[in-house]
Amino acid sequence: MSATELDASHNHSHGHDDHGHDHDHPAWLAHHFDDAEQQFDSGKLGIWLFLITEVLFFSGMFCAYAMYRSLHPEIWTFSSQFLNETLGAINTGVLLFSSLTMAWAVRCAMLGQNRGVVACTGMTIACAAIFLGVKAVEYSHKIDLGLLPAGFYVPQVAHPEHHEGLSKWLIYFMIVPGLLLVVLTAWYGQAVATANAVQKQIAGPLSVSALCFFLGVGLGLYLESGEAAEHGDKAHAAAADSHDAAHAEGDHAHEEAHASDAAHEPKDAATPAATESASTDSHADASHAADNEIISPDVNKPNAAGLFFSIYYCMTGVHAIHIIAGILVLTWVLVKAAQGQFHSEYFGPVDYVGLYWHLVDFIWIYLFPLLYLIT
Amino acid sequence: MAHSHANQHEHHEKSEGHAHAGHGHHGHHGFAHPSPIWQLLAVFFALLALTVLTVYQSTLDLGNMEIWASLTIATIKAALVILFFMHMIHDKPFNIIMFLGTLVFVALFLGFTLMDAHNYKDLIEPGSITPK
Repeated sequence: MSATELDASHNHSHGHDDHGHDHDHPAWLAHHFDDAEQQFDSGKLGIWLFLITEVLFFSGMFCAYAMYRSLHPEIWTFSSQFLNETLGAINTGVLLFSSLTMAWAVRCAMLGQNRGVVACTGMTIACAAIFLGVKAVEYSHKIDLGLLPAGFYVPQVAHPEHHEGLSKWLIYFMIVPGLLLVVLTAWYGQAVATANAVQKQIAGPLSVSALCFFLGVGLGLYLESGEAAEHGDKAHAAAADSHDAAHAEGDHAHEEAHASDAAHEPKDAATPAATESASTDSHADASHAADNEIISPDVNKPNAAGLFFSIYYCMTGVHAIHIIAGILVLTWVLVKAAQGQFHSEYFGPVDYVGLYWHLVDFIWIYLFPLLYLIT
Repeated sequence: MAHSHANQHEHHEKSEGHAHAGHGHHGHHGFAHPSPIWQLLAVFFALLALTVLTVYQSTLDLGNMEIWASLTIATIKAALVILFFMHMIHDKPFNIIMFLGTLVFVALFLGFTLMDAHNYKDLIEPGSITPK
């Protein structure tokens, strides 16, 4: 036990006495528990019960996934190619690293190393922010392409439309983290100015985490642009194929006329896409001959591929909400650690939040191969 | 202060006495089981390696076996997370039974729904919802 922790528990004992509680009950032990271990075990039972409801809750979505995929594997093969494997893999690595720092935070808490808990939970929150930053790039990119849930899905055309500058959706996603970055940095500045050590330990990691969201966005944009050529090609081949299947003998003029005539296709995407498609069709068809064989035009429809994206957004979206909730509870742990509250008899909050965080990682471990890696 | 400190020592002795007699080297931490750093790092790198493996496996043409290959790798990863990061190896049997029991119920849920869906495949077509 370090000097700061002794001080902390000292202060708390005083606060306790003032409230007129039992003198033999330290502040960190709730009065209805006999001892620290009973308190810990009760909390542990509680968090496991909660995690079980989470598993059952997610299993409903996995059930929808399993049913739709087993009935229509071809829709999954087609739709999955619009997901960026590299970004998914990077996010998997980020989440695994955050699980490592989380498990390390629990170790530090058990050993009473509160500075270690601050550092480790800070890194965990930063990883969560990177994850959300990459996710924001993925989502905004898909929204721009019309890769939306069933009712809103836009059938994909031969060549995806390229947007100039930042997607407006990405800008929307950046508003809250941007405000948080400003507020937290100002709060950190105040802590430095007033030499408030505890506030510095809280505001510092949180400001860095807010910054890490933009690091994630940058990483996502960089990798998305790097993948754009290959990704575009794949989507191109897929859409070109469905186009070809419908109109086997389309020469340039014919195709263009068809594209502008087609009432069911979005007019902003169809015309330029068809023009470009004619010039690169032969290349795409040759290099993706294998892909083309398994893709039928039927799957490129709101009630087919669109349903894949309904499931995609539902599962990854609910997972992302869990990440945000994780950031909030991790912040609570960070505050307690900055105040030096944890020691070998009282580390429950770190352990419980850790269990929750690992479960969120656990869900992603299944989501990544099941959504991104379908071939 | 002295009071609360003495109290902690008393708890240390109590918890050492009855709960974790089998873990002698952790005895002085009471009910805490800090994972050794080498173990945390080993699990992390194993998880990373398995992620690389699952990405590589997705490039192979395994046909119908693909889903089972990726699910097997994911389950090994999940087991590593649960056993070591979530400390299930040190947890109470009751918590372990609850969690593993839940996985059994999830398997029943998915298994029976899938069996049912395939029995009525011609009638239930999730892909044939009327478009807008």
